[in-house]
Amino acid sequence: MVIAVNKEVKECDVLVVGGGIAGLMAAIAAADQGAKVILCDKSDSRRSGSGATGNDHFNCYIEEAQGGTLEECRKELDKSMVGGWADPKLQTIFLERSFEVVQDWNKWGINMRPHGEWEFNGHAFPDRMRIFLKYDGCNQKAVLTEQARKRGVVIENKTPITEFLVDEKTGKVVGAMGICIAKLEPEIKVYKAKAIISATGNTSRLYPSITGGMMFNTAHCPSNAGGGRIAAYKIGAELVNLEIPNTHAGPKYMERCGKATWIGVLSDRNGKPVGPFVTKPNKELGDVTADVWHSVFKDKYKDGTGPVFMNCTETAPEDMEYMLWGLKCEGDTSILDAMEKQNVDLKEDIVEFTQYEPIMIGRGIQIDEKGATNVPGLYAAGDEVGNFRADIGGAAIYGRISGENAAIYALETAAYEQDLLAHSVVQKQTAFYSEIMERKQGPSWKELNMAVQQIMNDYAGINYPRSESMLQAGLDNLNALEENAKGQLCCKDSHELMRAVEAYDLLEVGKLVCITAMERKESRAMHRRSDYTFTNPLLDDMFLTVKNVDGKPEMSWRKKY
Amino acid sequence: MPPVINEEKCIGCTKCAQICCMDVFGPAEPKQTPQVRYPEECWHCRACVMDCPVGAIDLRYPLPYMLQTTNVSKAN
Repeated sequence: MVIAVNKEVKECDVLVVGGGIAGLMAAIAAADQGAKVILCDKSDSRRSGSGATGNDHFNCYIEEAQGGTLEECRKELDKSMVGGWADPKLQTIFLERSFEVVQDWNKWGINMRPHGEWEFNGHAFPDRMRIFLKYDGCNQKAVLTEQARKRGVVIENKTPITEFLVDEKTGKVVGAMGICIAKLEPEIKVYKAKAIISATGNTSRLYPSITGGMMFNTAHCPSNAGGGRIAAYKIGAELVNLEIPNTHAGPKYMERCGKATWIGVLSDRNGKPVGPFVTKPNKELGDVTADVWHSVFKDKYKDGTGPVFMNCTETAPEDMEYMLWGLKCEGDTSILDAMEKQNVDLKEDIVEFTQYEPIMIGRGIQIDEKGATNVPGLYAAGDEVGNFRADIGGAAIYGRISGENAAIYALETAAYEQDLLAHSVVQKQTAFYSEIMERKQGPSWKELNMAVQQIMNDYAGINYPRSESMLQAGLDNLNALEENAKGQLCCKDSHELMRAVEAYDLLEVGKLVCITAMERKESRAMHRRSDYTFTNPLLDDMFLTVKNVDGKPEMSWRKKY
Repeated sequence: MPPVINEEKCIGCTKCAQICCMDVFGPAEPKQTPQVRYPEECWHCRACVMDCPVGAIDLRYPLPYMLQTTNVSKAN
């Protein structure tokens, strides 16, 4: 089938790609600046992305509630689960603007103080400032969608954006192309935009899930497959910190976020705490052990004292009630439902926890203080940013900042006069998608995705040490896989075509992980090299960036700022 | 796997198919019970269960997702 192309090119000032928390906040902010905004989401902004059904911890700074200075709060953020690989300047700006967003969310109907006071707890160290506001985010997506619509944002659901388009002469952003999946038959859609805000979230499905063969068992939304990073990379945007793995932890074998929502103690089978932070369940702190000791689960398997459990058997009844309520706010009603169906009683059953596969949250597109990239007209926010991370709060606040600045840029920029349907990328990708759709037989996107996952796990993951030799082999294998898949992949409908494009995006992300991991010739955090087992002091506070220059990855080092 | 729709309760509003973040239903026909076209892609986020206006949807969790628990009172 030659794929249909919708001849109507929709025009806007700002195109937001991804309707998660960052995308919706960006769209709202851009519309508030007077920009005409279109937001494209591959599913539906009311329930899409990693915040689909809720969150309960919002990183922010509220002086009256936390005491202490903003700089103290920033330092705590940098030491927390979300810190370490961010530019301090962006962290400061984020915290400065965080309370205004908290207040707006509360005004719009997301309950930011469900118990009357600003309540900070979870993900916390003993005797230190607590930096996560406990809130009830179960309606956050519906509320933000409503706020965006009220401001005239046009929301195009079921429309994954697959490529960003630039004016080949000036290098400026001029639009994007995507695939409408509302019908079984795919249709190409082209958008003309002066600015794009890329907010496509994480890279779930880059590494194998903890349940073999079940790719969609992921803690973060499995629809998020690195699309924004690769679309941005192709047009010359710098990506950063790709080589540093990041992992989450939670219930085994049902991958879910929300480990700090649990009020209990990480303990061994006999109830002995494994970490140094808490010995009794503590609502204020949670148990921060797994936030900072990522290998705790594996270390305990290896030394014979595993597995490790979340132990809530000594949690006070009122704290247990609070925890179950918290899991609902966090969007984890499936855990509650599964525990009920499995007759799990947390008063006497301890639940095994484990480390999950690497994800690229907070590793990706490099932004400046305004949320802008090095490509004129391209902005990014949320989980796909590589030099700033604060999860839900980060998505909300940097979503707003990027939206404001993208709108200001767009309103000062002249409209692009050329016909985007004739753009070389639109032509080339339309032909490529048509080939895939026309093929009657061949491997499905799933085979490609699984092949990427096993290569990433074995050659560029966290289960075996990395080395020049292994990473080069991984890169060669990914290149060979791409070549092998090119003339064979086949899709039967629009949905499968979307997944095929995602699998190709993941393959590209994988290649960049191999390339950048080879360049970081040291061991640091979860980037462990068997050929460079030491941490090189010369690389302290140094970030590695990569960008596409004439089809080749070009890397450079820079200092944190 | 994943969403199981009770066809007797379903009113064919297609809300589940609209909002699913994984598009596991694919396109739905108006006023008909949506098909679950891509069941193995379910994230088990449970949005469809929560948003169904008539409580017609239940989630079935795959066996490999089973939580690994130990009963402390029995173990001791």
